Amino acid sequence: MKLTLSGIDRRFGDVQVLFDVDLVLNPGEVHALIGENGAGKSTTMKIMSGYLAPTAGQVLLDDAPVTFAGSQDAEARGVVLIHQEFNLAEQLTVEQNVFLGHELKRGPFLDKRAMRARTRELLDRLNCQVSLDARVRDISNPDKQMVEIAKALGREARVLVMDEPTAVLTEREAEVLFEQVDRLRAEGVALLFTSHKLDEVKRISDRVTVMRDGRVVAQAATAEMSEDDMATAMVGRDVSSLYPARTRPVGEEVVLSVRGLSVPGHAADVSFDLRRGEILGIAGLIGSGRTETMEGLVGLRTATGRIEMHGREVRFDRPRAALAAGVAYLTEDRKARGLLLAKGMRENLTLQSLSDFTAFLIDERAEDRALDRAIADFDIRAPHRKVEVGNLSGGNQQKLLLAKTMLADPEIVVIDEPTRGIDIGTKQQIYAFIHALVADGKSVIVISSEMQEVIGLADRILVMRQGRVAGELTGDEIGEDRIVRLAMGLDGMRGAAA
Amino acid sequence: MKPDLHVLGPILALVALILVGAAMNSNFLSAANVTNVLSRSAFIGIIAVGMTFVITAGGLDLSVGSMAAFIAGLMILVMNGLLPTMGPGWPLVGVGVGAAIVAGLIAGFLNGFLVTTMRIEAFIVTLGTMGIYRSLVTWLADGGTLSLDFGMRTVIRPIYYDGILGISWPIIVFALVAVLGEIVMRRGAFGRHAAAVGSNDQVARYSSVDVNRVRMLTYVFLGLLVGIATIMYVPRLGSASSSTGVLWELEAIAAVIIGGTMLKGGFGRIWGTVIGVLILSLIDNILNLTDGVSPYLNGAIQGVIIILAVILQRERKAGG
Repeated sequence: MKLTLSGIDRRFGDVQVLFDVDLVLNPGEVHALIGENGAGKSTTMKIMSGYLAPTAGQVLLDDAPVTFAGSQDAEARGVVLIHQEFNLAEQLTVEQNVFLGHELKRGPFLDKRAMRARTRELLDRLNCQVSLDARVRDISNPDKQMVEIAKALGREARVLVMDEPTAVLTEREAEVLFEQVDRLRAEGVALLFTSHKLDEVKRISDRVTVMRDGRVVAQAATAEMSEDDMATAMVGRDVSSLYPARTRPVGEEVVLSVRGLSVPGHAADVSFDLRRGEILGIAGLIGSGRTETMEGLVGLRTATGRIEMHGREVRFDRPRAALAAGVAYLTEDRKARGLLLAKGMRENLTLQSLSDFTAFLIDERAEDRALDRAIADFDIRAPHRKVEVGNLSGGNQQKLLLAKTMLADPEIVVIDEPTRGIDIGTKQQIYAFIHALVADGKSVIVISSEMQEVIGLADRILVMRQGRVAGELTGDEIGEDRIVRLAMGLDGMRGAAA
Repeated sequence: MKPDLHVLGPILALVALILVGAAMNSNFLSAANVTNVLSRSAFIGIIAVGMTFVITAGGLDLSVGSMAAFIAGLMILVMNGLLPTMGPGWPLVGVGVGAAIVAGLIAGFLNGFLVTTMRIEAFIVTLGTMGIYRSLVTWLADGGTLSLDFGMRTVIRPIYYDGILGISWPIIVFALVAVLGEIVMRRGAFGRHAAAVGSNDQVARYSSVDVNRVRMLTYVFLGLLVGIATIMYVPRLGSASSSTGVLWELEAIAAVIIGGTMLKGGFGRIWGTVIGVLILSLIDNILNLTDGVSPYLNGAIQGVIIILAVILQRERKAGG
């Protein structure tokens, strides 16, 4: 089935977010939709799949205009959107999820046998081995993705729209997904997906549409566009210098010294020093204990070990103590741990340093001034000041989270996954902020799963493996190959781990 | 911006009730009736202010009615017990008041401790303590009624019946508690923290908010207010029994919800709770003053109002 968007406009109140969007999804073709956060990708996908109606323009299925009454109507016509956050009932089994809301019945009773057979058949088609009786909460992310796709196929999906399907997958897991995407393409399904990973786009898609500020700015066969072309089209400016150059050398003074830090069950005997004005990168595989080590450092988890700041021993039994000493931790999970999504920007901005705004009562004017400064300093783009933070794009949420953390004026900032799931333009801005911090004499620890990011940012890199420091790399030693070997346990222990 | 039904709803409902009441009975707006309604609202009202904080921070307290009965019984026992040594008079009242406040603080602390440190669901904890206090007061009264010594009743009576400038003490205390509560909720760091904890306790924890402390304080604060409400209540009847304070917890929770506070936490407003309390008392009062509808239908009408209030809250969500 062919799906066409023709001249789509969309407004939210006074704000127009889509301008004259044209897009064609052909059967047997994989279409990549890329753009910065806030470029209008999500809105476009929602209009395709019946979650939103266009303000102007037309949606056509096989060249016949349609008006979806809602997402269920769209699904009934074969157009299915798979959300980035899985839409599965965690407590139910795989089989129950696949037929959720569309259960097969025999008389008044559920026809379990037919549903099992059909689910198995769907999962076999996707080459997915997961047990039908496994509870969804117990299965891996890629398997969840497969269950979502099986669910879509179970509803005879002929157009499959996937919102950042690989965001939560490791590279190997993504590989499995791509095999299935190939299979679906061969079966004549029309596919569209979004991703911030341009190498993926290059590999898997047949056509690319680039959006910026609610408009389609480029549309071409993937073969005709290089990754650089894509990035430039997304941002509208040259992004070759993603990582700023150092403006000031790393200081001599050791501001933080950690010895034998252990977090039961996650990390053991982690030791390192951090200098003034230094960016220390922490690399390692997911699950290597990086986040837990840092959460232990700032008192979010129970930890043992010796921590010194400026040569004096300190104890952080709770986050407040760490913050008071000038150590702040910025979480990797901005939605679940970083921001109150149902609250406004002001409440979020000052939550961590509310005591600075409170004499007897909260000084709301001072809060407003702080928000003005944060919006200017961190280039936070919001439709209006009262907007619920959950309605901001991921990049703007991350900037707000950064502003919130910096409002407490920490001397040492631990930033966990500074740019997860955000676009390249915002990434560049965040890297510039981090460099501005160290230029200002602060020290930063960056945890990142993106190899390029750690290498591009850090002065020195600690590689963790299975809760321990597997090695430390500085200067010319820093390279993708060395990091991977240490993270995988191919190279021996050295440096700080000794 | 169009007027927000979520804000205006409770106010309009209250105004409508007052108009209906005034139309149906000429005594409705008389000073005596207004004082009567407000004084009776004060017990639930004082408790509901505390309940607003607990619910805003994502908690719940089902034990407040039994707690009030238990504290009332305790206060009476303490005063009766010390009567032979201290004699009737204000010093003894002071001891009784002190006992009620301390008991309220301890009971609130206990609920808070079980919810925070022991990590048990608030619903379960307070369902348990609700049964415990109800049973304790029945036991203390040996299944009957605990009565305050007759001489002491005369001494303590003014706490409920007297006041300044014709406004009775319970009304004054309720007003003070409500105003302070509103200020703390709206402009105090504690109110902001309570809303943050109720909204998402992980975010609060990662923002260096001491989540357990905030939760604990909401329960202790509520316990204290239950103590204060009891101090206002004991002088009215001078007795306590197993039927004292029955269903107060539900009335308090209902008032909080009618006022627009979200039951799942994250957002609360004290002025709304005050209006919720007044709405519930006025319905009761109007049914008693008029002949058209039986007062026995009070519960049914209150139930309808609670459900309507929640539907209105949801409508706003969908529209926004």
